[in-house]
Amino acid sequence: MMTDAAQSRQRDGVPAFRRRLAGSRAPLLTLATLGMALVVLPLLGLIARTDWPGLLTHLRAPVVWPAIRLSLITTLITLGLAMLLGTPLAWLLSRATGRLATWMRALLTVPVVLPPVVGGVALLLAYGRNGLVGAPVFDALGLRIPFTPLAVVLAQLFVSLPFYVLAVEGAMRSVDPRFDHVAATLGASPTRVFLRVGLPLAAPGIAAGAALAWARALGEFGATITFAGNLTGRTQTAPLAVYVALQSDPQAAIALSIAMLAVSIAVLGLLRGRWMG
Amino acid sequence: MRALALGVIGLCSVLGLVGCSTSGTDAPEGSGALAEPGGPAAGTRDTDSEPTTLTVLAPASLTEAFTELATQYESLYPQVRIDLSFGSSTTLAQQVAEGVQADLFASAGTDALALLPERYARGGGETTIASNELEIAVELGNPRGITGLEDFTRTDLDTVLCVQTAPCGAAADEAFRAAGLTPTPVSREIDVKATLAKVSLGEADAALVYRSDVVTSTAVDGVTIPTEHNVSLTYPLVWFNAEPHTIGFVDLITGPDGRAALEAAGFAAP
Repeated sequence: MMTDAAQSRQRDGVPAFRRRLAGSRAPLLTLATLGMALVVLPLLGLIARTDWPGLLTHLRAPVVWPAIRLSLITTLITLGLAMLLGTPLAWLLSRATGRLATWMRALLTVPVVLPPVVGGVALLLAYGRNGLVGAPVFDALGLRIPFTPLAVVLAQLFVSLPFYVLAVEGAMRSVDPRFDHVAATLGASPTRVFLRVGLPLAAPGIAAGAALAWARALGEFGATITFAGNLTGRTQTAPLAVYVALQSDPQAAIALSIAMLAVSIAVLGLLRGRWMG
Repeated sequence: MRALALGVIGLCSVLGLVGCSTSGTDAPEGSGALAEPGGPAAGTRDTDSEPTTLTVLAPASLTEAFTELATQYESLYPQVRIDLSFGSSTTLAQQVAEGVQADLFASAGTDALALLPERYARGGGETTIASNELEIAVELGNPRGITGLEDFTRTDLDTVLCVQTAPCGAAADEAFRAAGLTPTPVSREIDVKATLAKVSLGEADAALVYRSDVVTSTAVDGVTIPTEHNVSLTYPLVWFNAEPHTIGFVDLITGPDGRAALEAAGFAAP
């Protein structure tokens, strides 16, 4: 049997403990709230300044649709290429050890940390008319890469492929290599192991990587404008159109931003619910 | 002593403001008077050594001239730091409208001034510092034999223009309208420096930019446009307050040193 005093200490003890806990958490909460606010406030600003009743009218501004169409087409091609080329790369990297793999991972990180405009200059110097690859291609085929939708895709690939590979590689590395060995001992070729073991087991990671890469490609601005230029319907993607429209028709720019925001949230939400939850 | 000096400056600036709001293109009376013996900034040199930062927004075409003048001013007054931000005039005006704090704003053409919020439109003063005209930038030695505006309609050439919303793009459109031509550019670049860079990097054959951009670039040659099809552009300078160093820097830009720097950069007198 507890004494009255002991009972009351126990009764009061819990709230007191909670109070102490809340007190000690206050600095963390303040910083975390501030951090959250820095992300949320610009989005609120965008939403607050949107002319909602006129949104559809603004979305019919002549720059909007060609930009959205170009963005959707180029980012889907980029995503397709990123998955086609990036998945085997991620798989090989996830199974590789040694210095070469370390160096490759480091190289892949470069576009992630590089300012996109610098990426655009690098792309020009590689694929431009006088570029490392661009000059022979231009001489041989008469194909000039900058200022074309192909340049838009190349710019998007440069910035988003590394995101994809690094995300997928992480997921594939957590697939137990013993599964590979078992499949191999049962006679599966390395390609078959990749297709039948690596791919299915890393599917959630692949979906997450794809979402990241696609979002990065959709938002790509600096490398695109530097390397692909800016021509309505040809190389002017949605972010470029937002930037240009901001100077002449701010409400169209805001409407286009809202449309991009909505599409991005919808795709990320869908992926999260489906595969990442 | 310092309070007195500031008071005089304040009074003069008010007078200058009145003078400016009606004349518009003349150098401001107030700052002109202040630039006389001692000058506003010179007057503060002894008394005011507080660190000051001036924020100056200017069109991309003024990059060289303003960078040089800012360096000159900073070496005269080491306590002053001048933050220069170059870009498309409309983008910069938009930034001011959205609340970016600036002391001076120079614009390529007068269109962007309409975007300044009213509180700024009347805040300080305005003058015209230079004029400029369009010129065709081509690769060194003009290997593609570009002769004039009509080359911008050729589809076998890669030509670039500024985007319609940038002053250089609006001026280009006006020039083509005057010449009765429809250009076929491969890109409409975001500002004049980006437009020029496409030629200096060898990615485009011709770009329609300002004379000043051609003059200051060592990587391109210029092809002039006949006066009847050319579009000239004036460069207004707006200051948003009458702080001593704001006026001091305005005086440097409008004075002989500023004139020389602007002329070296390919600008004509206003």
